[in-house]
Amino acid sequence: MRYLPKSDAEREQMLAEIGAKSIDELFSVIPEEYRLERDLKIPRQQAESEIIRYFKDAGQKNATDYASFLGAGAYRHYRPVIIDSLVQRGEFLTSYTPYQAEMTQGTLQAIFEFQTMIAELTGMDVANASMYDGSTGAAEAVLMAMRVTGRHKAVVARTVHPEYREVLATYLRHRELATAEIPYDAKTGRVDMAALETAVTEEMAAVLVQSPNFFGIIEDIPAIAEIAHKKGALLIVSIAEAVSLGVVQPPVEADIVSMEAQSFGVALSYGGPFCGVIAAKEQYLRQMPGRLAGQTVDKDGNRGFVLTLSTREQHIRREKATSNICTNQALVALMATIFLTVYGKEGIRELAEHNLAKAAYAARELSAVSGVRLRFDGAPRFHEFVLQTDEVPSLWQQRLIDERIVGGVELGRWYPELKDATLWCATEVVTREQIDAAAKVLAAGLVEA
Amino acid sequence: MAYPTNYRYTKEHEWIVLEGNTGTIGITDYAQNSLGDIVYVDAPKVGDSVTANQTFGSVESVKAVSDLYSPVSGTVTAVNESLKTTPDKINEAPHETWIIKVELSNPSEWENLLDAAAYESFVSEETGA
Amino acid sequence: MATESIERKTVGKVRPHQTQNEGLVFEKSSPGKKAYKLPPLDVPAVDASSLLGETHRQASAGLPELSEIEIIRHFTRLSTWNYAIDLGMYPLGSCTMKYNPRVNEFVARIEGLAEAHPYRPDAQAQGILEVIDLLQKCLTEITGMDAITLQPAAGAHGEFTGILLVRAWHESQGNARKKILIPDSAHGTNPATAAICGYAVENLKSNSEGGIDLEALERQVDSETAALMLTNPSTIGVFESQIHRIADILHAKGALLYMDGANMNALVGKVRPGDFGVDVMHLNLHKTFSTPHGGGGPGSGPVACKRFLEPFLPTPVLVRSAGEPQSSVTISAAPGALHWEYDRPQSVGRVRAFYGNTGMFIRALAYILANGPDGLRQTTEDAVLNANYVRAKLEDLFELPYKTASMHEVVFSDKRQAAKGVKTGDFAKRLIDYGFHPYTVSFPLIVPGALMIEPTESESKEELDLFIEAMRSIAREVEETPELVKTAPHSTRVSRLDEVQAARKPVLRWRG
Repeated sequence: MRYLPKSDAEREQMLAEIGAKSIDELFSVIPEEYRLERDLKIPRQQAESEIIRYFKDAGQKNATDYASFLGAGAYRHYRPVIIDSLVQRGEFLTSYTPYQAEMTQGTLQAIFEFQTMIAELTGMDVANASMYDGSTGAAEAVLMAMRVTGRHKAVVARTVHPEYREVLATYLRHRELATAEIPYDAKTGRVDMAALETAVTEEMAAVLVQSPNFFGIIEDIPAIAEIAHKKGALLIVSIAEAVSLGVVQPPVEADIVSMEAQSFGVALSYGGPFCGVIAAKEQYLRQMPGRLAGQTVDKDGNRGFVLTLSTREQHIRREKATSNICTNQALVALMATIFLTVYGKEGIRELAEHNLAKAAYAARELSAVSGVRLRFDGAPRFHEFVLQTDEVPSLWQQRLIDERIVGGVELGRWYPELKDATLWCATEVVTREQIDAAAKVLAAGLVEA
Repeated sequence: MAYPTNYRYTKEHEWIVLEGNTGTIGITDYAQNSLGDIVYVDAPKVGDSVTANQTFGSVESVKAVSDLYSPVSGTVTAVNESLKTTPDKINEAPHETWIIKVELSNPSEWENLLDAAAYESFVSEETGA
Repeated sequence: MATESIERKTVGKVRPHQTQNEGLVFEKSSPGKKAYKLPPLDVPAVDASSLLGETHRQASAGLPELSEIEIIRHFTRLSTWNYAIDLGMYPLGSCTMKYNPRVNEFVARIEGLAEAHPYRPDAQAQGILEVIDLLQKCLTEITGMDAITLQPAAGAHGEFTGILLVRAWHESQGNARKKILIPDSAHGTNPATAAICGYAVENLKSNSEGGIDLEALERQVDSETAALMLTNPSTIGVFESQIHRIADILHAKGALLYMDGANMNALVGKVRPGDFGVDVMHLNLHKTFSTPHGGGGPGSGPVACKRFLEPFLPTPVLVRSAGEPQSSVTISAAPGALHWEYDRPQSVGRVRAFYGNTGMFIRALAYILANGPDGLRQTTEDAVLNANYVRAKLEDLFELPYKTASMHEVVFSDKRQAAKGVKTGDFAKRLIDYGFHPYTVSFPLIVPGALMIEPTESESKEELDLFIEAMRSIAREVEETPELVKTAPHSTRVSRLDEVQAARKPVLRWRG
């Protein structure tokens, strides 16, 4: 076995030094009736070349090289090459959580840089070292708001990613915590402010909205914050598309921001690993879940970094911890840190502007097709938009697939009232050619119909 | 460190001293010593009520959290705000550094508490064990 | 210029070398430097300010501005300040720091897999679905369970999912029940998990051998007990030889047995939890199945369960339409297409968006394929052999509070060294000077001053001997020069860091 650094002779020698006759003697504590006396029924040992062939074949079976207009919480952006060169350095890849600070300063300083960048981007004071993803981060943010306020109800916008809302429901189910959903304005696709105003009472711990929201529309955060704060509720803003922060005003009025940082140089990888992160105003620090890296000094006065405020965490506070989270998404956070360093202050804005331009062009061209309309109007969007088609989406989707194009996600799956509406996304990697081709395929349906 | 004889103590290592009907509460030298460098004190707000033998907050070192148990029942009348920035005062002068003041609702609870001698022998039993 | 002589002294297997100083990335920034170049825009440019109106960002975020070479140097320099499995033994008990094979990284980056969007239609995602299906089959066979979800993102997330299944099943029986029993030797995530699932935590005291006290269990299990969360082998590395009795006691009262699979590296291919009475368990792909720890994550925490819990698994569930069930698991795809099934009325719901940390599934499957049944068994045997070898070679110097046979890890206590004023944490820091990452310090809680050592199968006899020699050498230093140990490490870039200051006055971000 190529990963095991021992010869049989060495094994024998070690057994002899232990004083065991055979390896099975070391397993003799396992009751006989449970011992597995046969081979596991799994594929035989494969050569490295066979493993690579197996996964390459699997990759081929997936639709590779398709143009894609999919977004909805997972975004395809260009990933600079140096991200993978750097995160594959064994010292990052094969290191553990930096509990032994003296020999993990590299990871710790990188986390500190990540925390700083997230705080800068979101307009919050502090950010943690990462959460599993945007969905669990949003759920943890709601729980955090409940601890801060001592209240047990929350208001959630229906324009928050539907799967995030499902996760939140799972997290809250057994805690006697209730949520109320706020509809969206049918015209603008933004949170229905009148409904919000009514729903937010003095019992509410938090208002959770997403911006850009699930339809790609940017919410009026200052107005929402005012409604929340008037009743003493915290405002949590979920951000599923982190690149938007290059050009969209950060939610500085929020108390907590829960962000999915996948867009910062993290591969789609069929939905994970991604990188959630929670950022907040400083006064809520003690109620934050997850690890935090902090700056300090060593005995000789050198600057150094340590994991800090650990008493919030499960390994110390056990059942009273702020969360049960232990393992996080550190290496993915490192990818995001490198991505943000590559683009930097100017680049992130330029990148976001390219996304804005691509989506504006795509929305215009696709909605210009007869039988296709742009749904929701009057509020600013980032790089996603909703199209309403006269033709049933499954029909044109198949025609697009035949042309090696994947169209928008069908919204009817989560919003029954949005039948025949699809959510499209155009990031900087989508080309004009692909957009024009998609428009042509959409138009073709009319000819046949 | 000597345990002041005008104080009373709990087996959870809090001390209390009475002035009229107001009790001033802190943690003992033994408590701060076993906890180590204190980095954070989580105290209730003025107006909150506390109950004898129930937790009212916690003190934290870098790697441990210790719940605070109230020696008496009553209403919090003052909280030592200076501990927010200088929790280390507890380490330096545990018996002079108070955490909260409480207006007693049941003054007879005072009688159930340990006096300095009883507390000291309790502590030496604990460390002996 | 200082003229004092530089010591190039070898200690054990190491000799000091230079590391480059490196400031924070923000301190290196200067305006106008760039490490990116976007292609020319092939669509009309837009005026962001007029498109976005009041939602247009005015002040740019304070991100650093550097060139590419500076970024490479920055992160490379930081990396050299880390210790890693790739450098040497990393004997953190409970964490299973084994070799992370590079082919795993290679295959996870294959374009068709790495660039697959989660909402791609199932028909266009058959390749990745086959990978997920094969991993699910392998893991259910390895655990001896009937069904599995790969959705949880890490071990603690798996615990959460597993206890949700327990709760959902009890609810379906008419009573959710009120408490979860947790041994005092358990990981902190266990009680934290029980609490977030709405259960009261009841502590179960370990017996004199560090295992489950059957009498106490018998006493404490009642009609309000939902489950026992058991780590097997336990956190002191001991297999619960009474496991069948434990399961019987629970089942007799209608309670379930949850197994924390953190220590599965001691069992794979030798014994299956599904065969010894476990109802539901989680695995840590980043421990047992070699996906990298990456400085703290990502992980992956699949949850496997018995048939009666299957209806409660998180949505969606992977289903193969048509095709008959296979008798053996092979790497060639079974007939019939795979799809995600969402209509699961009894499901506990989603625990995260999409389907889980798919990139970790690919790596774990690559590891399983590289091993095969014989390799996995040998891996387990070597892991147990290594731990027992370390134990045999150190038993005379360190207090062994529990003498029961060790599986994949051994837990000593610092009793003898503490008598000289040197605690486990000090000893651990000195190990750094000898070129090793410390063992797990002060855990499990049932061993005061614990030294928890898990060598894993990835260590050669040579590396183990160096580790043993380092431990013995430090034990001598405790006798002869305790100050040297108490002030360690002496060879790292930074000496002991002031954690008290970090916690009292938290500085969690750079401010220019």
